[in-house]
Amino acid sequence: MLPALIGLAFLLVPLAGLLAKAPWATLPSQLFSPEVGQALQLSLVCASLATVICLLFGVPLAWLLARGDVPGRGFLRALVTVPLVLPPVVGGVALLLVLGRRGLVGQYLDQWFGVSLPFTTTGVVLAEAFVAMPFLVISVEGALRAADPRFEEAAATLGASRWLTFRRVTLPSVMPGVVAGTVLCWARALGEFGATITFAGNFPGKTTTMPLAVYLALETDPDAAIVLSIVLLLVSVGVLAGLRDRWIGGAT
Amino acid sequence: MKKLLAAVAAAVALAGCGVSGPGLVPPTSPPAVTGEITVFAAASLTESFKELGAEFEAANPGSKVNFNFAGSSALAQQINQGAPADVFASAAPANMKQVTDTGAVTASPTTFVKNTLQIVVPKGNPGKISGLPDFAQADKKIALCAEQVPCGAAAKKVFQVAKVTPAPDTLEQDVKAVLTKVQLGEVDGALVYRTDVKAAGDKVQGIEFAEADQAVNDYPIAPLAKAPNAAAAKAFVDYVLSDKGRKALAEAGFAAP
Repeated sequence: MLPALIGLAFLLVPLAGLLAKAPWATLPSQLFSPEVGQALQLSLVCASLATVICLLFGVPLAWLLARGDVPGRGFLRALVTVPLVLPPVVGGVALLLVLGRRGLVGQYLDQWFGVSLPFTTTGVVLAEAFVAMPFLVISVEGALRAADPRFEEAAATLGASRWLTFRRVTLPSVMPGVVAGTVLCWARALGEFGATITFAGNFPGKTTTMPLAVYLALETDPDAAIVLSIVLLLVSVGVLAGLRDRWIGGAT
Repeated sequence: MKKLLAAVAAAVALAGCGVSGPGLVPPTSPPAVTGEITVFAAASLTESFKELGAEFEAANPGSKVNFNFAGSSALAQQINQGAPADVFASAAPANMKQVTDTGAVTASPTTFVKNTLQIVVPKGNPGKISGLPDFAQADKKIALCAEQVPCGAAAKKVFQVAKVTPAPDTLEQDVKAVLTKVQLGEVDGALVYRTDVKAAGDKVQGIEFAEADQAVNDYPIAPLAKAPNAAAAKAFVDYVLSDKGRKALAEAGFAAP
Protein backbone atom coordinates (compact mmCIF):
# COMPACT_ATOMS: atom_id res chain seq x y z
CA MET A 1 0.00 0.00 0.00
CA LEU A 2 2.72 2.47 0.99
CA PRO A 3 4.76 2.03 -2.22
CA ALA A 4 1.59 2.61 -4.18
CA LEU A 5 0.91 5.83 -2.28
CA ILE A 6 4.49 7.00 -2.81
CA GLY A 7 4.11 6.26 -6.50
CA LEU A 8 0.87 8.20 -6.64
CA ALA A 9 2.33 11.16 -4.75
CA PHE A 10 5.38 11.17 -6.99
CA LEU A 11 3.16 11.51 -10.04
CA LEU A 12 0.68 13.98 -8.61
CA VAL A 13 2.69 16.35 -6.41
CA PRO A 14 4.45 18.10 -9.34
CA LEU A 15 1.05 18.72 -10.92
CA ALA A 16 -0.24 20.09 -7.63
CA GLY A 17 2.83 22.35 -7.53
CA LEU A 18 1.84 23.73 -10.91
CA LEU A 19 -1.62 24.55 -9.60
CA ALA A 20 -0.26 26.02 -6.35
CA LYS A 21 2.08 28.37 -8.21
CA ALA A 22 -0.50 29.45 -10.75
CA PRO A 23 -1.02 33.21 -11.06
CA TRP A 24 -4.77 32.99 -10.48
CA ALA A 25 -5.29 36.76 -10.63
CA THR A 26 -4.03 37.15 -14.18
CA LEU A 27 -5.12 33.69 -15.27
CA PRO A 28 -8.25 34.66 -17.23
CA SER A 29 -6.55 37.36 -19.26
CA GLN A 30 -3.62 35.08 -20.12
CA LEU A 31 -5.90 32.15 -20.80
CA PHE A 32 -7.92 33.86 -23.49
CA SER A 33 -5.05 35.58 -25.23
CA PRO A 34 -4.90 34.87 -28.97
CA GLU A 35 -1.44 33.31 -28.61
CA VAL A 36 -2.69 30.65 -26.22
CA GLY A 37 -5.70 29.87 -28.38
CA GLN A 38 -3.52 29.61 -31.47
CA ALA A 39 -1.00 27.30 -29.84
CA LEU A 40 -3.69 25.12 -28.29
CA GLN A 41 -5.58 24.79 -31.55
CA LEU A 42 -2.40 23.91 -33.40
CA SER A 43 -1.49 21.34 -30.75
CA LEU A 44 -4.86 19.62 -30.88
CA VAL A 45 -5.03 19.58 -34.68
CA CYS A 46 -1.47 18.31 -35.12
CA ALA A 47 -1.74 15.64 -32.43
CA SER A 48 -5.00 14.38 -33.93
CA LEU A 49 -3.63 14.30 -37.48
CA ALA A 50 -0.50 12.53 -36.24
CA THR A 51 -2.72 9.96 -34.51
CA VAL A 52 -4.66 9.35 -37.72
CA ILE A 53 -1.39 8.74 -39.59
CA CYS A 54 -0.24 6.39 -36.83
CA LEU A 55 -3.51 4.45 -37.03
CA LEU A 56 -3.36 4.16 -40.83
CA PHE A 57 0.17 2.80 -40.86
CA GLY A 58 0.67 1.58 -37.30
CA VAL A 59 -2.14 -0.97 -37.12
CA PRO A 60 -1.01 -2.82 -40.28
CA LEU A 61 2.54 -2.69 -38.98
CA ALA A 62 1.43 -4.15 -35.65
CA TRP A 63 -0.37 -6.89 -37.53
CA LEU A 64 2.79 -7.64 -39.52
CA LEU A 65 4.84 -7.86 -36.33
CA ALA A 66 2.33 -10.05 -34.53
CA ARG A 67 1.10 -12.33 -37.30
CA GLY A 68 3.16 -11.68 -40.38
CA ASP A 69 5.46 -14.31 -41.80
CA VAL A 70 8.58 -12.18 -42.09
CA PRO A 71 12.15 -13.24 -41.35
CA GLY A 72 13.85 -11.49 -38.45
CA ARG A 73 10.59 -10.44 -36.85
CA GLY A 74 12.16 -10.03 -33.41
CA PHE A 75 14.78 -7.69 -34.79
CA LEU A 76 12.15 -5.75 -36.70
CA ARG A 77 10.10 -5.44 -33.53
CA ALA A 78 13.12 -4.01 -31.71
CA LEU A 79 13.73 -1.51 -34.52
CA VAL A 80 10.15 -0.28 -34.44
CA THR A 81 10.49 0.63 -30.78
CA VAL A 82 13.68 2.64 -31.36
CA PRO A 83 11.85 6.00 -31.44
CA LEU A 84 10.68 5.15 -27.90
CA VAL A 85 14.20 5.16 -26.48
CA LEU A 86 15.62 7.70 -28.87
CA PRO A 87 15.79 11.18 -27.34
CA PRO A 88 13.17 13.14 -29.31
CA VAL A 89 15.75 15.77 -30.30
CA VAL A 90 17.77 13.02 -31.98
CA GLY A 91 14.61 11.95 -33.75
CA GLY A 92 14.22 15.51 -34.97
CA VAL A 93 17.78 15.61 -36.25
CA ALA A 94 17.25 12.28 -38.02
CA LEU A 95 14.09 13.62 -39.65
CA LEU A 96 15.98 16.73 -40.78
CA LEU A 97 18.73 14.63 -42.33
CA VAL A 98 16.21 12.55 -44.26
CA LEU A 99 13.31 14.89 -44.98
CA GLY A 100 15.07 18.27 -44.78
CA ARG A 101 15.67 20.38 -47.85
CA ARG A 102 19.12 18.85 -48.26
CA GLY A 103 18.10 15.50 -46.79
CA LEU A 104 18.36 12.07 -48.40
CA VAL A 105 14.73 12.10 -49.49
CA GLY A 106 13.90 15.74 -48.88
CA GLN A 107 16.17 17.06 -51.63
CA TYR A 108 14.08 15.22 -54.22
CA LEU A 109 10.82 16.36 -52.66
CA ASP A 110 12.17 19.89 -52.99
CA GLN A 111 13.55 19.52 -56.53
CA TRP A 112 10.70 17.55 -58.06
CA PHE A 113 7.67 18.78 -56.23
CA GLY A 114 8.85 21.99 -54.60
CA VAL A 115 7.85 20.55 -51.23
CA SER A 116 9.89 21.51 -48.19
CA LEU A 117 8.77 19.96 -44.92
CA PRO A 118 10.81 21.68 -42.18
CA PHE A 119 9.19 24.75 -40.62
CA THR A 120 5.71 23.70 -41.74
CA THR A 121 2.68 22.41 -39.88
CA THR A 122 3.04 19.19 -41.88
CA GLY A 123 6.51 18.93 -40.38
CA VAL A 124 5.00 19.16 -36.89
CA VAL A 125 2.57 16.35 -37.70
CA LEU A 126 5.37 14.18 -39.08
CA ALA A 127 7.61 14.77 -36.07
CA GLU A 128 4.77 13.92 -33.71
CA ALA A 129 3.80 10.82 -35.66
CA PHE A 130 7.41 9.62 -35.69
CA VAL A 131 7.68 9.84 -31.94
CA ALA A 132 4.17 8.59 -31.12
CA MET A 133 3.71 5.67 -33.54
CA PRO A 134 5.63 3.07 -31.49
CA PHE A 135 3.17 3.53 -28.61
CA LEU A 136 0.32 2.52 -30.87
CA VAL A 137 2.21 -0.30 -32.56
CA ILE A 138 3.33 -1.89 -29.29
CA SER A 139 -0.09 -1.69 -27.75
CA VAL A 140 -1.90 -3.12 -30.80
CA GLU A 141 0.73 -5.79 -31.32
CA GLY A 142 0.39 -6.91 -27.70
CA ALA A 143 -3.35 -7.21 -28.11
CA LEU A 144 -2.96 -9.13 -31.37
CA ARG A 145 -0.57 -11.58 -29.81
CA ALA A 146 -2.88 -12.14 -26.88
CA ALA A 147 -5.89 -12.70 -29.15
CA ASP A 148 -6.74 -16.26 -30.05
CA PRO A 149 -5.84 -16.91 -33.71
CA ARG A 150 -8.27 -19.84 -33.85
CA PHE A 151 -11.18 -17.46 -34.38
CA GLU A 152 -9.46 -16.13 -37.46
CA GLU A 153 -8.73 -19.62 -38.66
CA ALA A 154 -12.38 -20.53 -38.17
CA ALA A 155 -13.42 -17.48 -40.18
CA ALA A 156 -10.99 -18.46 -42.91
CA THR A 157 -12.32 -22.04 -43.08
CA LEU A 158 -15.80 -20.56 -43.47
CA GLY A 159 -14.60 -18.79 -46.59
CA ALA A 160 -13.92 -15.28 -45.33
CA SER A 161 -11.23 -13.36 -47.17
CA ARG A 162 -8.20 -12.10 -45.26
CA TRP A 163 -9.48 -8.54 -45.31
CA LEU A 164 -12.95 -9.59 -44.14
CA THR A 165 -11.41 -11.71 -41.38
CA PHE A 166 -9.25 -8.81 -40.29
CA ARG A 167 -12.14 -6.37 -40.33
CA ARG A 168 -14.84 -8.52 -38.76
CA VAL A 169 -12.90 -10.86 -36.47
CA THR A 170 -9.40 -9.62 -35.68
CA LEU A 171 -10.04 -5.91 -35.30
CA PRO A 172 -13.03 -6.22 -32.93
CA SER A 173 -11.15 -8.66 -30.71
CA VAL A 174 -8.18 -6.29 -30.34
CA MET A 175 -10.26 -3.12 -30.12
CA PRO A 176 -9.34 -2.35 -26.49
CA GLY A 177 -5.67 -2.51 -27.45
CA VAL A 178 -6.23 -0.25 -30.44
CA VAL A 179 -8.13 2.31 -28.37
CA ALA A 180 -5.55 2.27 -25.57
CA GLY A 181 -2.77 2.61 -28.12
CA THR A 182 -4.56 5.44 -29.89
CA VAL A 183 -5.01 7.35 -26.65
CA LEU A 184 -1.36 6.85 -25.68
CA CYS A 185 -0.27 7.87 -29.15
CA TRP A 186 -2.40 11.02 -29.11
CA ALA A 187 -1.19 11.96 -25.64
CA ARG A 188 2.43 11.48 -26.63
CA ALA A 189 1.93 13.54 -29.79
CA LEU A 190 0.25 16.34 -27.81
CA GLY A 191 3.20 16.61 -25.46
CA GLU A 192 5.87 16.29 -28.15
CA PHE A 193 8.61 18.90 -27.88
CA GLY A 194 12.12 17.86 -28.90
CA ALA A 195 11.52 16.43 -32.34
CA THR A 196 9.08 19.22 -33.16
CA ILE A 197 11.36 22.14 -32.30
CA THR A 198 14.29 20.46 -34.05
CA PHE A 199 12.54 19.43 -37.24
CA ALA A 200 9.69 21.91 -37.58
CA GLY A 201 11.23 24.91 -35.84
CA ASN A 202 9.18 27.42 -33.95
CA PHE A 203 6.85 29.94 -35.52
CA PRO A 204 3.59 31.12 -33.91
CA GLY A 205 0.50 29.85 -35.69
CA LYS A 206 2.48 27.49 -37.88
CA THR A 207 4.69 25.30 -35.73
CA THR A 208 4.49 26.69 -32.18
CA THR A 209 2.56 23.99 -30.35
CA MET A 210 1.75 24.29 -26.64
CA PRO A 211 4.93 22.57 -25.39
CA LEU A 212 7.07 24.94 -27.47
CA ALA A 213 5.08 27.94 -26.25
CA VAL A 214 5.58 26.77 -22.66
CA TYR A 215 9.32 26.43 -23.18
CA LEU A 216 9.75 29.88 -24.69
CA ALA A 217 7.44 31.54 -22.19
CA LEU A 218 9.45 30.03 -19.35
CA GLU A 219 12.47 32.05 -20.41
CA THR A 220 10.88 35.46 -19.96
CA ASP A 221 7.56 35.05 -18.23
CA PRO A 222 7.37 32.00 -15.95
CA ASP A 223 3.80 32.91 -14.95
CA ALA A 224 2.65 32.63 -18.55
CA ALA A 225 4.46 29.30 -18.80
CA ILE A 226 2.52 28.03 -15.79
CA VAL A 227 -0.77 29.15 -17.31
CA LEU A 228 0.05 27.44 -20.61
CA SER A 229 1.06 24.29 -18.75
CA ILE A 230 -2.20 24.24 -16.81
CA VAL A 231 -4.20 24.66 -20.01
CA LEU A 232 -2.37 21.76 -21.64
CA LEU A 233 -2.73 19.71 -18.47
CA LEU A 234 -6.47 20.29 -18.19
CA VAL A 235 -7.12 19.59 -21.87
CA SER A 236 -5.10 16.36 -21.80
CA VAL A 237 -6.64 15.14 -18.56
CA GLY A 238 -10.08 16.02 -19.83
CA VAL A 239 -9.68 14.14 -23.08
CA LEU A 240 -8.00 11.13 -21.47
CA ALA A 241 -10.58 10.88 -18.69
CA GLY A 242 -13.39 11.20 -21.21
CA LEU A 243 -11.99 8.48 -23.41
CA ARG A 244 -11.20 6.19 -20.51
CA ASP A 245 -14.75 6.20 -19.22
CA ARG A 246 -16.28 5.83 -22.60
CA TRP A 247 -14.15 3.23 -24.32
CA ILE A 248 -11.32 1.78 -22.34
CA GLY A 249 -13.30 1.39 -19.15
CA GLY A 250 -16.23 -0.11 -20.98
CA ALA A 251 -14.16 -2.47 -23.04
CA THR A 252 -12.23 -4.15 -20.26
CA MET B 1 37.56 37.47 2.33
CA LYS B 2 37.82 40.02 -0.45
CA LYS B 3 41.54 40.33 0.14
CA LEU B 4 41.93 36.60 -0.04
CA LEU B 5 39.99 36.47 -3.29
CA ALA B 6 42.11 39.23 -4.73
CA ALA B 7 45.23 37.35 -3.73
CA VAL B 8 43.93 34.19 -5.32
CA ALA B 9 43.04 36.07 -8.46
CA ALA B 10 46.47 37.65 -8.65
CA ALA B 11 48.04 34.27 -8.11
CA VAL B 12 45.99 32.81 -10.89
CA ALA B 13 47.01 35.58 -13.21
CA LEU B 14 50.63 34.89 -12.33
CA ALA B 15 50.20 31.17 -12.81
CA GLY B 16 48.58 31.82 -16.14
CA CYS B 17 51.60 33.78 -17.31
CA GLY B 18 54.08 31.29 -15.94
CA VAL B 19 52.81 28.18 -17.65
CA SER B 20 53.99 28.73 -21.17
CA GLY B 21 55.67 25.40 -21.77
CA PRO B 22 55.43 21.92 -20.33
CA GLY B 23 58.80 22.10 -18.58
CA LEU B 24 58.33 25.50 -16.98
CA VAL B 25 57.33 25.78 -13.35
CA PRO B 26 55.81 29.02 -12.09
CA PRO B 27 58.43 30.97 -10.16
CA THR B 28 56.35 31.08 -7.00
CA SER B 29 53.94 28.37 -5.93
CA PRO B 30 50.68 30.27 -5.45
CA PRO B 31 47.68 28.86 -3.58
CA ALA B 32 46.22 27.33 -6.72
CA VAL B 33 42.51 27.30 -7.35
CA THR B 34 41.18 23.76 -7.31
CA GLY B 35 37.92 21.92 -7.53
CA GLU B 36 35.11 22.00 -10.03
CA ILE B 37 33.28 25.08 -11.20
CA THR B 38 30.21 25.29 -13.37
CA VAL B 39 30.01 28.13 -15.85
CA PHE B 40 26.67 29.04 -17.41
CA ALA B 41 27.49 30.83 -20.65
CA ALA B 42 25.56 32.16 -23.62
CA ALA B 43 25.45 29.80 -26.60
CA SER B 44 27.51 32.23 -28.67
CA LEU B 45 30.42 31.77 -26.25
CA THR B 46 30.60 28.00 -26.82
CA GLU B 47 33.86 27.77 -28.76
CA SER B 48 35.78 30.60 -27.10
CA PHE B 49 34.83 29.62 -23.54
CA LYS B 50 35.68 25.97 -24.11
CA GLU B 51 39.13 27.14 -25.13
CA LEU B 52 39.41 29.50 -22.15
CA GLY B 53 38.23 26.70 -19.87
CA ALA B 54 40.97 24.37 -21.07
CA GLU B 55 43.57 27.11 -20.57
CA PHE B 56 42.21 27.84 -17.10
CA GLU B 57 42.43 24.16 -16.16
CA ALA B 58 46.00 23.99 -17.43
CA ALA B 59 46.92 27.07 -15.40
CA ASN B 60 45.23 25.69 -12.30
CA PRO B 61 46.05 22.00 -11.90
CA GLY B 62 43.31 20.24 -9.99
CA SER B 63 40.62 22.54 -11.31
CA LYS B 64 37.83 21.44 -13.60
CA VAL B 65 35.54 23.78 -15.54
CA ASN B 66 32.12 22.47 -16.56
CA PHE B 67 30.04 24.44 -19.02
CA ASN B 68 26.36 24.80 -19.63
CA PHE B 69 25.83 26.60 -22.93
CA ALA B 70 22.33 27.72 -23.86
CA GLY B 71 20.27 30.77 -24.67
CA SER B 72 20.98 33.49 -22.07
CA SER B 73 17.34 33.71 -21.04
CA ALA B 74 17.11 29.96 -20.41
CA LEU B 75 20.29 30.15 -18.33
CA ALA B 76 18.99 33.12 -16.32
CA GLN B 77 15.82 31.17 -15.64
CA GLN B 78 17.77 28.11 -14.50
CA ILE B 79 19.92 30.24 -12.20
CA ASN B 80 16.85 31.88 -10.67
CA GLN B 81 15.41 28.42 -10.07
CA GLY B 82 18.50 27.55 -8.03
CA ALA B 83 20.77 25.81 -10.52
CA PRO B 84 24.17 25.22 -8.82
CA ALA B 85 26.23 27.45 -11.11
CA ASP B 86 29.37 29.39 -10.17
CA VAL B 87 29.63 31.89 -13.01
CA PHE B 88 27.12 33.42 -15.43
CA ALA B 89 28.20 34.94 -18.75
CA SER B 90 25.25 36.44 -20.58
CA ALA B 91 24.97 37.68 -24.16
CA ALA B 92 23.00 40.73 -23.05
CA PRO B 93 22.65 42.94 -19.96
CA ALA B 94 18.88 42.26 -19.90
CA ASN B 95 19.43 38.60 -19.03
CA MET B 96 22.07 39.47 -16.44
CA LYS B 97 19.52 41.83 -14.90
CA GLN B 98 17.11 38.89 -14.56
CA VAL B 99 19.53 37.30 -12.08
CA THR B 100 20.69 40.48 -10.30
CA ASP B 101 17.03 41.36 -9.71
CA THR B 102 16.48 38.18 -7.74
CA GLY B 103 19.75 38.46 -5.84
CA ALA B 104 21.24 35.38 -7.48
CA VAL B 105 24.09 37.67 -8.51
CA THR B 106 25.18 40.34 -6.02
CA ALA B 107 28.59 41.22 -7.46
CA SER B 108 28.43 43.91 -10.11
CA PRO B 109 28.69 42.31 -13.56
CA THR B 110 31.59 43.30 -15.82
CA THR B 111 31.19 43.70 -19.56
CA PHE B 112 33.93 41.57 -21.09
CA VAL B 113 33.17 41.63 -24.83
CA LYS B 114 30.86 43.12 -27.42
CA ASN B 115 29.31 41.33 -30.35
CA THR B 116 27.37 42.34 -33.43
CA LEU B 117 25.16 40.48 -35.86
CA GLN B 118 26.01 39.30 -39.31
CA ILE B 119 23.92 37.75 -42.06
CA VAL B 120 24.80 34.10 -42.47
CA VAL B 121 23.98 31.96 -45.50
CA PRO B 122 24.84 28.37 -46.45
CA LYS B 123 27.99 27.90 -48.49
CA GLY B 124 27.43 29.15 -52.05
CA ASN B 125 24.47 31.28 -50.96
CA PRO B 126 21.79 29.15 -52.72
CA GLY B 127 19.01 31.56 -51.68
CA LYS B 128 20.91 34.53 -53.19
CA ILE B 129 20.64 36.66 -50.05
CA SER B 130 22.39 39.98 -50.41
CA GLY B 131 21.10 42.11 -47.57
CA LEU B 132 18.46 42.66 -44.91
CA PRO B 133 15.65 43.46 -47.43
CA ASP B 134 15.82 39.82 -48.62
CA PHE B 135 14.65 38.78 -45.14
CA ALA B 136 11.22 40.23 -45.91
CA GLN B 137 10.62 37.95 -48.88
CA ALA B 138 8.18 35.16 -48.17
CA ASP B 139 9.74 32.72 -50.65
CA LYS B 140 13.07 32.71 -48.82
CA LYS B 141 13.52 30.41 -45.84
CA ILE B 142 14.65 32.55 -42.95
CA ALA B 143 15.66 31.64 -39.39
CA LEU B 144 15.96 34.15 -36.57
CA CYS B 145 16.45 33.86 -32.82
CA ALA B 146 13.32 34.12 -30.70
CA GLU B 147 12.91 37.61 -29.25
CA GLN B 148 13.40 36.23 -25.74
CA VAL B 149 17.09 35.51 -26.39
CA PRO B 150 19.66 38.28 -26.92
CA CYS B 151 20.35 37.52 -30.58
CA GLY B 152 16.62 37.80 -31.28
CA ALA B 153 16.37 41.10 -29.45
CA ALA B 154 19.33 42.42 -31.42
CA ALA B 155 17.80 41.19 -34.69
CA LYS B 156 14.56 43.00 -33.89
CA LYS B 157 16.54 46.19 -33.37
CA VAL B 158 18.43 46.02 -36.67
CA PHE B 159 15.24 45.31 -38.59
CA GLN B 160 13.62 48.34 -36.98
CA VAL B 161 16.57 50.52 -37.96
CA ALA B 162 16.58 49.09 -41.49
CA LYS B 163 12.78 49.50 -41.70
CA VAL B 164 12.42 45.90 -42.85
CA THR B 165 9.65 43.62 -41.65
CA PRO B 166 11.24 40.17 -41.65
CA ALA B 167 9.26 37.07 -42.67
CA PRO B 168 11.00 34.35 -40.64
CA ASP B 169 10.04 30.69 -40.97
CA THR B 170 11.29 29.79 -37.53
CA LEU B 171 12.25 31.52 -34.29
CA GLU B 172 14.90 29.39 -32.64
CA GLN B 173 15.66 29.11 -28.95
CA ASP B 174 19.32 30.06 -29.20
CA VAL B 175 21.84 31.33 -31.71
CA LYS B 176 23.50 27.94 -32.21
CA ALA B 177 20.17 26.39 -33.18
CA VAL B 178 19.84 29.08 -35.86
CA LEU B 179 23.35 28.38 -37.09
CA THR B 180 22.65 24.64 -37.29
CA LYS B 181 19.69 25.27 -39.58
CA VAL B 182 21.99 27.28 -41.86
CA GLN B 183 24.74 24.66 -41.78
CA LEU B 184 22.23 21.98 -42.74
CA GLY B 185 21.05 24.17 -45.61
CA GLU B 186 17.49 24.18 -44.29
CA VAL B 187 17.25 27.96 -44.45
CA ASP B 188 18.48 30.45 -47.03
CA GLY B 189 19.56 33.07 -44.55
CA ALA B 190 19.70 33.96 -40.89
CA LEU B 191 21.04 36.53 -38.48
CA VAL B 192 23.66 35.32 -36.00
CA TYR B 193 26.62 36.90 -34.26
CA ARG B 194 29.72 37.48 -36.34
CA THR B 195 31.60 35.23 -33.91
CA ASP B 196 29.26 32.35 -34.77
CA VAL B 197 29.90 32.82 -38.48
CA LYS B 198 33.61 32.68 -37.75
CA ALA B 199 33.29 29.60 -35.53
CA ALA B 200 31.20 27.74 -38.12
CA GLY B 201 34.12 27.73 -40.57
CA ASP B 202 33.65 27.25 -44.29
CA LYS B 203 30.26 25.56 -44.14
CA VAL B 204 28.66 28.97 -44.09
CA GLN B 205 29.32 32.47 -45.41
CA GLY B 206 28.91 35.75 -43.59
CA ILE B 207 27.55 38.91 -45.18
CA GLU B 208 28.12 42.30 -43.57
CA PHE B 209 25.29 44.81 -43.35
CA ALA B 210 25.37 48.46 -42.41
CA GLU B 211 22.78 48.38 -39.62
CA ALA B 212 24.75 45.83 -37.58
CA ASP B 213 26.39 48.63 -35.58
CA GLN B 214 22.97 49.75 -34.35
CA ALA B 215 22.56 46.66 -32.19
CA VAL B 216 25.74 45.99 -30.28
CA ASN B 217 25.36 43.35 -27.58
CA ASP B 218 27.37 43.83 -24.40
CA TYR B 219 28.30 40.55 -22.75
CA PRO B 220 28.39 40.81 -18.94
CA ILE B 221 29.99 38.20 -16.68
CA ALA B 222 29.68 37.76 -12.91
CA PRO B 223 30.22 35.14 -10.23
CA LEU B 224 27.02 33.98 -8.54
CA ALA B 225 26.21 34.94 -4.97
CA LYS B 226 25.76 31.30 -3.97
CA ALA B 227 28.57 29.88 -6.07
CA PRO B 228 29.49 26.44 -4.66
CA ASN B 229 33.14 27.18 -5.41
CA ALA B 230 33.37 30.93 -4.87
CA ALA B 231 37.16 31.24 -5.04
CA ALA B 232 37.41 29.43 -8.33
CA ALA B 233 34.41 31.32 -9.70
CA LYS B 234 36.14 34.63 -9.02
CA ALA B 235 39.34 33.27 -10.49
CA PHE B 236 37.58 32.20 -13.67
CA VAL B 237 35.94 35.60 -14.11
CA ASP B 238 39.33 37.24 -13.61
CA TYR B 239 40.84 34.87 -16.13
CA VAL B 240 38.24 35.84 -18.73
CA LEU B 241 38.99 39.52 -18.02
CA SER B 242 42.77 38.99 -18.10
CA ASP B 243 44.90 39.87 -21.12
CA LYS B 244 45.07 36.20 -22.11
CA GLY B 245 41.34 35.86 -21.91
CA ARG B 246 40.74 39.01 -23.91
CA LYS B 247 43.19 37.86 -26.53
CA ALA B 248 41.41 34.51 -26.99
CA LEU B 249 38.05 36.25 -27.23
CA ALA B 250 39.40 38.76 -29.73
CA GLU B 251 40.68 35.90 -31.86
CA ALA B 252 37.19 34.42 -31.86
CA GLY B 253 35.92 37.67 -33.38
CA PHE B 254 34.55 39.43 -30.30
CA ALA B 255 35.11 43.17 -29.98
CA ALA B 256 36.68 44.65 -26.86
CA PRO B 257 34.20 46.37 -24.52
